[in-house]
Amino acid sequence: MIRLQHLTKSFGAKQVLNGLCLEVPDGRNTVVIGGSGSGKSVTLKLIAGLLEPDAGQVEVDGAVVQTMDRSELAALRGRIGYVFQFAALFDSMTVAQNIGLGLVKQGYDQATIARRVGESLAVVELSGTEDRYPAELSGGMRKRVGIARAIALKPRYILYDEPTTGLDPITSAVMDDLMRRTRDLGVTGLVVTHDMRSAFTVGDRIAMLHCGAIRQVGTVEEIQATDDPVVRQFIEGRPGAALPTPTGGFPE
Amino acid sequence: MASRVAARDGFVAHVGHLSLETFRALADVRTWGPLLVPQMRRLGVDSVPIALFIAVFTGIVLSLLSSYIFTGAVPMYFVGALVGKTIMMELGPVLTGMALAGRVGASIAAELGTMKVTEQVDALETLAYDRNSYLIVPRVLAATLMFPVVTAFAMGVGVFSGWITAINLLDLSSPDFLKGLKLFYRFKDIWFGLIKSASFGAAVALMGCLRGLDAQAGAAGVGLSTTRAVVLGCEAILVLDAFWALVLL
Repeated sequence: MIRLQHLTKSFGAKQVLNGLCLEVPDGRNTVVIGGSGSGKSVTLKLIAGLLEPDAGQVEVDGAVVQTMDRSELAALRGRIGYVFQFAALFDSMTVAQNIGLGLVKQGYDQATIARRVGESLAVVELSGTEDRYPAELSGGMRKRVGIARAIALKPRYILYDEPTTGLDPITSAVMDDLMRRTRDLGVTGLVVTHDMRSAFTVGDRIAMLHCGAIRQVGTVEEIQATDDPVVRQFIEGRPGAALPTPTGGFPE
Repeated sequence: MASRVAARDGFVAHVGHLSLETFRALADVRTWGPLLVPQMRRLGVDSVPIALFIAVFTGIVLSLLSSYIFTGAVPMYFVGALVGKTIMMELGPVLTGMALAGRVGASIAAELGTMKVTEQVDALETLAYDRNSYLIVPRVLAATLMFPVVTAFAMGVGVFSGWITAINLLDLSSPDFLKGLKLFYRFKDIWFGLIKSASFGAAVALMGCLRGLDAQAGAAGVGLSTTRAVVLGCEAILVLDAFWALVLL
């Protein structure tokens, strides 16, 4: 389980997270929704140990990420797959090299790496693209290669950063299907998005991030039926006046 | 003023921290080992043409300039001495270093800066790689090892072009040029120049990595980092040049 406790993070004068608390249960997809710049991507980077919180802590499987040494952090990253918003593929490497890089680090032999690369590409339905470079792929294909890179390590968790942003509806649906299938393989997913259609499709639980803290957490049905004006405004996509600032702490 | 001092202190601490981290990452040979030779080829071998181009013209100018200075004052065979000493001890390492600060420093900063702003550096870390082992160590080591090699070629070509200039354009024979060249030659001249160039390589690559990994988002951010890397690399070369002159001469 991933447990975020009272996370606070600022960049200069801008406070991004302000007492964020959230639990991500195993074996399910938890979707964090919120406006652009609300701190969703920062939350994922805190979980992966790419950023340090100003206060609060991140627990993964009972261990506090901020107190891990280098080897513990490397071991943690071996259990967490990360799908970046713009895929973040290494542009000087082929698709196969991109997917195999993490496996090389884990010390697998070449035959195992080739087999795992092939399996991962088959899952994202991109078999045959092993020798192509990222520049030769469409945006949707790149994102799928990003997922293949994440699942090749057989992680326990996958963090998805805006997986459907910038994709056409059909490719978005393919991505949603991939996220559901990955969950069905037993992988815990944490998806951050502001695409409500995708959130309702892939999410088992949905958490609304607003003003640096979680405003509401619930099932898809609970969120769809909410009477919280902030959450309603967001999921219905209605422009409106500034909404009240919440306090930190675990939501009811 | 106070903010400028704080910024300078912050920069020095940043360089110190990065240097220590790079040194620590040297132990991770499994990560940087396979990347070293490609970087040596890219940063070193591919830089040979520009270094030789500079060396040819430096030799020509030095030969003509020393002839202009010495005519009627000192024996002309001193042209060989001045060309040899100056190219081996100063102009070979420094001019090659400056040229490579532009080529190598800019290349490293632009590459790492682009990787930073496109989240490729973060992606590397999520795959359990240490960014220092994978990105910094092979580049700094490659530059440290290859700058002296490129400089050695530049020294040879610079002296040779000075010699050819002297026997073709000046009233100087080959034996006279070589007599001057040998007259003040000491083996220290060469290793002094090569040690300097190794330190220039380390500094240029480190500045390129530092500025590249500090790049701010967008093309303008990467461009600014690249410019800063080249300027810092050149400044570092001049400071190190003075340092080695104080320490080794």
